[in-house]
Amino acid sequence: MSALCEFALRMGDNTLILGHRVSEWCGHAPVLEEDIALANTALDLIGQTQMWLGLAGEAEGEGRTADDLAYKRDAWDFRNLLLVERPNGDFGQTLMRQFLFDAWHHPMLTWLAENSKDQRVAEIAEKAVREAAYHLERSSDLVIRLGDGTDESHRRMQDALAYHWTYTGEMFEADAIDRELADAGIAPDPAAMKPGWDALIGEVLAEATLSVPENDFAHKGGRRGQHTEHLGHILAAMQFLPRAYPDARW
Amino acid sequence: MYAQMVQSTGTLKTREEMDERERAFQDRIDAGEKIEPQDWMPEGYRKTLVRQIGQHAHSEIVGQLPEGNWITRAPTLERKAILLAKVQDEAGHGLYLYCAAETLGVSRDEMTEKLHDGEMKYSSIFNYPTLTWADIGAVGWLVDGAAIMNQVALQRTSYGPYSRAMVRICKEESFHQRQGYSIMMKMAAGTPEQKRMAQDALDRLWYPSLMMFGPSDAESVHSAQSMAWKIKVSTNDELRQKFVDQTVPQAEYLGLTIPDDKLAWNEEKGGYNFSEPDWQEFHDVLAGNGPCNADRMAARRTAWEDGAWYRDGLVAHANKRAAQRMAAE
Repeated sequence: MSALCEFALRMGDNTLILGHRVSEWCGHAPVLEEDIALANTALDLIGQTQMWLGLAGEAEGEGRTADDLAYKRDAWDFRNLLLVERPNGDFGQTLMRQFLFDAWHHPMLTWLAENSKDQRVAEIAEKAVREAAYHLERSSDLVIRLGDGTDESHRRMQDALAYHWTYTGEMFEADAIDRELADAGIAPDPAAMKPGWDALIGEVLAEATLSVPENDFAHKGGRRGQHTEHLGHILAAMQFLPRAYPDARW
Repeated sequence: MYAQMVQSTGTLKTREEMDERERAFQDRIDAGEKIEPQDWMPEGYRKTLVRQIGQHAHSEIVGQLPEGNWITRAPTLERKAILLAKVQDEAGHGLYLYCAAETLGVSRDEMTEKLHDGEMKYSSIFNYPTLTWADIGAVGWLVDGAAIMNQVALQRTSYGPYSRAMVRICKEESFHQRQGYSIMMKMAAGTPEQKRMAQDALDRLWYPSLMMFGPSDAESVHSAQSMAWKIKVSTNDELRQKFVDQTVPQAEYLGLTIPDDKLAWNEEKGGYNFSEPDWQEFHDVLAGNGPCNADRMAARRTAWEDGAWYRDGLVAHANKRAAQRMAAE
């Protein structure tokens, strides 16, 4: 599999699995405006998935469509960050996961849109970056407001941060594929995204009166197909119909 | 249509029984003028509208649940995106409608509490489950189809904010109906299992869709005053007939059978004869005994209660910022 195909899978699996998680909130959000915003976020992420997985199929060159890749791979072939498959938990946990991801996703797409030497990657990033900018604006604003809200909202946001924190380091690890992509100018060196992320996170959390956890341990494995127990359950629901009725067209 | 059996406050008065203001008000309505929030209106008109618009808004909110039930299991990325967009639209409709009701002096929170206490209702249709993917098609085709019948008529309703909300909502609803029908076309032309799902969805949702229009006019005790006030503009039976007449050829085109032995074209009335739904079932569902009432209400109450810390947190933050601004000035 080419590095480009692998990269498109990593990007598309992130948006697919996070979009799935966010969509689980439908009808259950704390206020109507959040129901709308969450559905909208999930919709953006699924739209981005169609583009990334479409590119992955094209780069693979075996005739697989975005739907084939979403619905007919098992967990070990998924390339998303472990962070995005983490359970929704309370709304604070969902929001913090979104913020930690957005703070990586938006600068990543910005880099790709401006610098990627692969035209198709740059074009997808160009479309997705505007949506990601809005996601980041919304999630950082809410993290600030809830972090610096009541004692309870502060505690929940701090707990959520601790819950996800050790799943953020994976965003910045590099393997041979990343090095190949960086050398070819297709994608940035993941580690190069870290200082910007640290600065943004530090700024927002400070305004939110939340403290940055000191634990620098990082769970890893998602980008090479070693996932948490949660992913299998996500796929069991998501892939049920095409798996149960393989001859059907929907 | 998401409002059923809305109790109309006030008995229908003759012109002689009306006082001067009531007569002037009725004259404006009869002349087709829109009533706006700042205008004088009879208390009964206001209360009836709050019930009707509130019930309609609640239905949009509760209606997210049966459709949301299939978002994570939608069979293609495109179908998933379409369903997400649809459910987002429904929540948006809820928002316009709550805003329209708020112009009558009742807050969204008050209406939400009344829904949770069981004092306000939502449409009976959302107490039925979505059991297969074909149900998502059938909800769009039949439930949105029935909703549009009523909402198109309600664009002419006398209360300005409600009428304008309906204009916006109708545009989106007809889009949803086409998307639902597109799912049904795929299913009905698909594998034997898909056809079975499509027929099964029609079998289960046909009569509950007919119930959406409310009981027969003969038994609809609240209609006369609401019609005089143009809060309602067509009768339940008129709308139900129109819905059946529109839907039967669509079912034929799909090759599906409407579960009604008595269904037959009646040349004389220029419409179909059809069987009434089981009204006892309708009353049972309204009384809380539908297949999903308990789950739907539990889901809504849980969302509200679990979200209290979020809402309180935002209010506390806004207060802190306001205090900081005051201190800085």
